Amino acid sequence: MTDTIDAVETVLDPPLHLGGHPFRSRLFVGTGKYRGNAQMLAAIEASGAECVTVAVRRVNLDRTKEEGVLYHLDPARYFLLANTAGCYSAEEAIRYARLGREAGFNDFVKLEVIGDRETLLPDVDGLLVAARTLVQEGFQVLAYTNDDLVTALKLEAAGCAAVMPLASPIGSGLGLLNPYSIRTIKRRLSVPVIVDAGVGTASDACLVMEQGVDGILMNTALAEADDPVAMAAAMRQATAAGRLAYLAGRMPRREIAVPSSPARGMLG
Amino acid sequence: MELLLTVNGEERRVPGPATAADLLARLELDPRTVVLELNRRIVRRPALAETALNDGDAVELVHFVGGG
Repeated sequence: MTDTIDAVETVLDPPLHLGGHPFRSRLFVGTGKYRGNAQMLAAIEASGAECVTVAVRRVNLDRTKEEGVLYHLDPARYFLLANTAGCYSAEEAIRYARLGREAGFNDFVKLEVIGDRETLLPDVDGLLVAARTLVQEGFQVLAYTNDDLVTALKLEAAGCAAVMPLASPIGSGLGLLNPYSIRTIKRRLSVPVIVDAGVGTASDACLVMEQGVDGILMNTALAEADDPVAMAAAMRQATAAGRLAYLAGRMPRREIAVPSSPARGMLG
Repeated sequence: MELLLTVNGEERRVPGPATAADLLARLELDPRTVVLELNRRIVRRPALAETALNDGDAVELVHFVGGG
């Protein structure tokens, strides 16, 4: 079945190009909060994702052998996207982005500048400052942002490689709260739009992709599912289904019924 | 001579003279997976062996962990 999905994705949908790098899967996944590394790896495999996010943190010096995520993830197989999660200022996010570039294998950064500890909503001012600086330093900036068109336009003008509006707050599982905003952002931007954060289950991912966005990024929906591997497989299919439904062009909505069977030829 | 460093926020004494590469070796850390920041400036991998540490230096050692 996986092969069939692969084939359909490939034939009907060209790869997504992000900062010059092609991605066949439009599903991007995080590596946090899994119950174990084996489970994380199995879920990523089942998701079909080619790009996975990672965080930059201090090495724990108290342990005799610290195991970073690179002990488990093969950087030759997965495109590692370093994030600046947990950063509350432009300065801090820039510092983390530089460390991530040095630790990693590419110039990409998933830029987060958080402005509120309860909702983890972005600090838009700090985000724009950090984005402009990092673009100047040669980063491919993928900016996590609100579902706000004007901010998205400013991030595009700043030179971001992709703009990543939220479906709902990080880790909330509330799904897509404002389809109109996401559609508007997609319609008005030229750079890829990847919805990042907030989906809870497969129908959320499908609905997100049906808005016409270029991709979707998730972590908690997989890691906190009872069975992360099964949810990853569901998300893979939902992402592909939503994308294909968007490309297919849905029928118009009507307030009245229209019969599917011929009205003529009924018995007299 | 002994150097008093701040490594990942904690004071740590190491025998000197020592380079950044010496510190990584002493902590049994693989320079291929760890990034060293010295007084808020990244020391790139090729420069680790020729970067001397000084008394009072602040060192940060980071790597990739799971995240979203």
